[in-house]
Amino acid sequence: MALTPYSGTWGTAQAAHLVRRTMIGATPADVQNALGKGLNGAVDALLTDSPEPREPIAYLKTGSVAEGGNWASSSYEDGSDNTRNAFLRTWWIDIMMNQDFSAREKMTLFWANHYSTGSTQVHDARYMFNQNALLRANAFGSAKDLTKAVTFDPAMLRYLSGASNTKANPNENYARELQELFTIGKGPEVAPGDYVFYTEADVKMAAKVLTGWKDDQAGMKPVFTSANHDNGTKTFSHRYSQRAITGGNSQVGATRELDDLLTMIYDQPEAARFLARKLYRFFVDYVVTPEIEADIIESLAQVLRDNNYEVRPALKALFTSSWFYDAERMACVIKTPVELVLGTFRLFHPADLYPTDSKLLHWAYRAVHRTMATMAQDLFNPPNVAGLPAYYQAPAYHELWINADTLQKRVRFTNEIALDGYQLDESYEKSYLDPFLIRPWLSDPTDAVKLVNDVAAVVFAVPINEAQRQALVDILLTGQPMSTWASAWLAYEGNPSDATKAVVELRLRTLLKFMLGMAEYQVC
Amino acid sequence: MKRRAFLRGSATAAAAPFVLNGLSVKALAGNPMFEAVQAAACEDRVLVLIQMVGGNDGLNTVIPLDQYAEYKAARSNIAIAETAALKLTNATGLHPNMSLLAQMYTAGKVRVVQGVGYPIPNYSHFRSTDIWLSGSDSEEVIATGWMGRYLENTYPGFPLGYPNATMPDPLAIQVGSTISPGLEATNANMGMAFTDPNTYFNIVNGNTPVGVGARAGAELAYVRTIGQQIERFAAPVKAAAGRATNKSTKYPAVRTNPLADQLKLVAQLIAGGLKTRIYICTISGFDTHAYQNQGGPGSPVPHGTLLQQISVAVDAFQDDLRLLAVQDRVIGMTFSEFGRRIKSNAGGGTDHGAAAPIILFGTSVVSGVLGENPTIPTNPSPEDNLPMQYDFRSVYATLLHDWFCVPPEIIRTMLFREFPRLQLLQGGSTTGGIMESLADPSTQLRVAPNPISSTASITFTAPQGPIELSIFDASGKQLARLMEGDHAGGASSASYNLSSLSSGYYYIRLQHRSGAKVIPVTVQH
Repeated sequence: MALTPYSGTWGTAQAAHLVRRTMIGATPADVQNALGKGLNGAVDALLTDSPEPREPIAYLKTGSVAEGGNWASSSYEDGSDNTRNAFLRTWWIDIMMNQDFSAREKMTLFWANHYSTGSTQVHDARYMFNQNALLRANAFGSAKDLTKAVTFDPAMLRYLSGASNTKANPNENYARELQELFTIGKGPEVAPGDYVFYTEADVKMAAKVLTGWKDDQAGMKPVFTSANHDNGTKTFSHRYSQRAITGGNSQVGATRELDDLLTMIYDQPEAARFLARKLYRFFVDYVVTPEIEADIIESLAQVLRDNNYEVRPALKALFTSSWFYDAERMACVIKTPVELVLGTFRLFHPADLYPTDSKLLHWAYRAVHRTMATMAQDLFNPPNVAGLPAYYQAPAYHELWINADTLQKRVRFTNEIALDGYQLDESYEKSYLDPFLIRPWLSDPTDAVKLVNDVAAVVFAVPINEAQRQALVDILLTGQPMSTWASAWLAYEGNPSDATKAVVELRLRTLLKFMLGMAEYQVC
Repeated sequence: MKRRAFLRGSATAAAAPFVLNGLSVKALAGNPMFEAVQAAACEDRVLVLIQMVGGNDGLNTVIPLDQYAEYKAARSNIAIAETAALKLTNATGLHPNMSLLAQMYTAGKVRVVQGVGYPIPNYSHFRSTDIWLSGSDSEEVIATGWMGRYLENTYPGFPLGYPNATMPDPLAIQVGSTISPGLEATNANMGMAFTDPNTYFNIVNGNTPVGVGARAGAELAYVRTIGQQIERFAAPVKAAAGRATNKSTKYPAVRTNPLADQLKLVAQLIAGGLKTRIYICTISGFDTHAYQNQGGPGSPVPHGTLLQQISVAVDAFQDDLRLLAVQDRVIGMTFSEFGRRIKSNAGGGTDHGAAAPIILFGTSVVSGVLGENPTIPTNPSPEDNLPMQYDFRSVYATLLHDWFCVPPEIIRTMLFREFPRLQLLQGGSTTGGIMESLADPSTQLRVAPNPISSTASITFTAPQGPIELSIFDASGKQLARLMEGDHAGGASSASYNLSSLSSGYYYIRLQHRSGAKVIPVTVQH
């Protein structure tokens, strides 16, 4: 089958599926946009680069940075770094909450997970900002180029001890993760220290290639020291066909060595497969059978190889393939906390979650970050360098997002934003979605059955069955007949007073609470 | 409309200390002293609420036999035959289809409370239901339910930390798939809904629908499995259902009487040892705008059939509670979002009304009829309604105090102000706020002259304590409070200039700590 182009109907189901996977939550506007552009137009638009105008500003004065000042271009201040990291998280949430019709943020999330780096260990929020900006700027670009840039990235130099890797005291940390996690992946251990695609000896050799670098905190850039660099020849194992990399002196030479190293790795067919598999698991489904591996993964890998590991052509091929739009590929991904929480906000647009005042913004998104962190997605702070277990831990993969603890939290979140009240920081009142903003979704708000169907069509990636539909209608009607709901709605629309509104509002909120609490809302 | 959000912690924050054994104790739930008092006294008591959805026609449920002519004249096309009514007292009779309930009344297990409503009636189903469930004033929107506030005060922090050894079971159960807004508290809903504990149904469940891929189906199934696990109350509910079987033979066949099916389940769970305090059952179909007696489009089930279902279900339930030896722990109460119009319409039905009777039942109720029949106007207009005799929040205050042993200061925060308690339950406190009938009804309240042309003199006798004197219009809506405050006790008289009122029919209502009295007056300029 390979990645045969999709030639079926380009309808709401397909457009919504594409948007759900490439964006964070799928609003009706996004879906309409995709529908209107047609399959190729929509995919091209989603994969278009765009600059990010939002600056990393201080939402409150911190240390010597005034409110509104750009803390990422200021010098490091030990006492403010925690606050800056908080600002950084708010900044990224702000970007995601207001995302354009683009897969850029999803790809940034992908890369941030792929090149996992933890803010606690890096201990400089400006580094974390720079790395995130680097990933975003290269959202759809070459993975090979990005790996090179990440290798020198000060945040990574600190996180994986690249900055401590010297000729006298080699540090294998980055050399190992470079191969195991960032490029080619580890196979089963078929012989002592032999992982099919690389060996322990290769880790030691790669470490030597990478010696001599560290980060200059003032300049926030990598710095090379020749004396610390091992300039001997590095000969790799039979897994790399015993390729040898000549040593180089100076920064130029050492950089060339890294180029050679990356070329050597990426020349391996497995490198493209490794990346293809990761992209597939991120965007499509975690199940990769031998058939899928041989067919789909290999096809994706070939596109990567043919395009210098640029992900755009590979994603284009994937998102325009008939494989992607097959019913089996739909609604089988469990939403990440970001998709659940920020996706819900994008869909319902609660006013409190889109404040214009920057203090309020930070206080809101600080709470939002905590909510997602309790669901096990802590931005800029992965559990370890392997990233989020949902993306690599077999056999459960993204089922790991849902356990007895996190599911309670997820449902509690939707309960709160719909009805019980969601608590933002520094806020006396709780925050709620406005159920009346769903009015444009409704073909006939007086008809309880149509109302339930119309809302389900927007919020769920799967159809509901008759029993569920009836139960939801019952929840809206609270035992009264259909005509009572119709009258109540007409009374409100005819005379939108506090009284008429309250009657309808309670029932709409209760309905939304139940719908968002259903299993159907957990998948996309 | 004013909106008052019930802020988290406001109940506990507003609670004043009370004195227990000479020690000043803050009556906070969570205070071990308070919990000890609660636990000792009232822990195992259960309240079963039967919500009659649609607005029950009180006048055809509790028929005012002492004004039969006026009653018949007002609604000749639906009036219950005088001889058919089942006499409760000389003045009142129950709908003829409620024979089993009438027998329960004779056996001393039924308390009828006349004229329950609230000052400014709202005729919207949804809005009035919200008022009843939230315990709010008509002009205020309260987001929490009165039961929710009671439960969150009793079980602070719920659902965090629950279930636990002290309370392993759901706090409240609604039989059916929706959860009553009456159970909504500041942070969460206090209730749990289901229809059958053996195949625990919640809205999370569903079969894999057509048109969903196997992969999506597998992921949904996974989420539902975890969903089952986190429904921590499924296990105790199933266990309770497994420990007890219904013993009464009076239950009708399954699915022939939905209320009976619900109450049967409730009895089983109570007998099975669930510590759940509140159960809510519902019976729909009371919005009888037309074809009220025979059934027809819009009201397919005749009103009499619905009342019969209640009578049969409650009787079987009470019988079962007795056989299961838990009857003394349980009281039940019917309520509806409003009553119906005095005058019937041409379609053989009635439109939305105001006050109506409620019925309490159980071995712990004070038997009899509380309050008087409403006065049926001689020539009611189609808009005329019955004014309230008792505020529904007095019923709640009584249940909270006498049944669930909540201290008065806490009740005041739960219901937002003081409501005088009623004589509903045996052993209810007889001091402070309980209403009893005064010996000489004629001295209770008098208005002269009647008809009033401009000034009226209102004379009443009331015991010492808070009183409220108000005037209602013919639609049952309170127009003004003429007098409120502390009364020194004894006879009192005051004159009021009512010349601004247009000619028509009105009611004067007096409420004092020993009773309420409503009398009709006419204004004629």
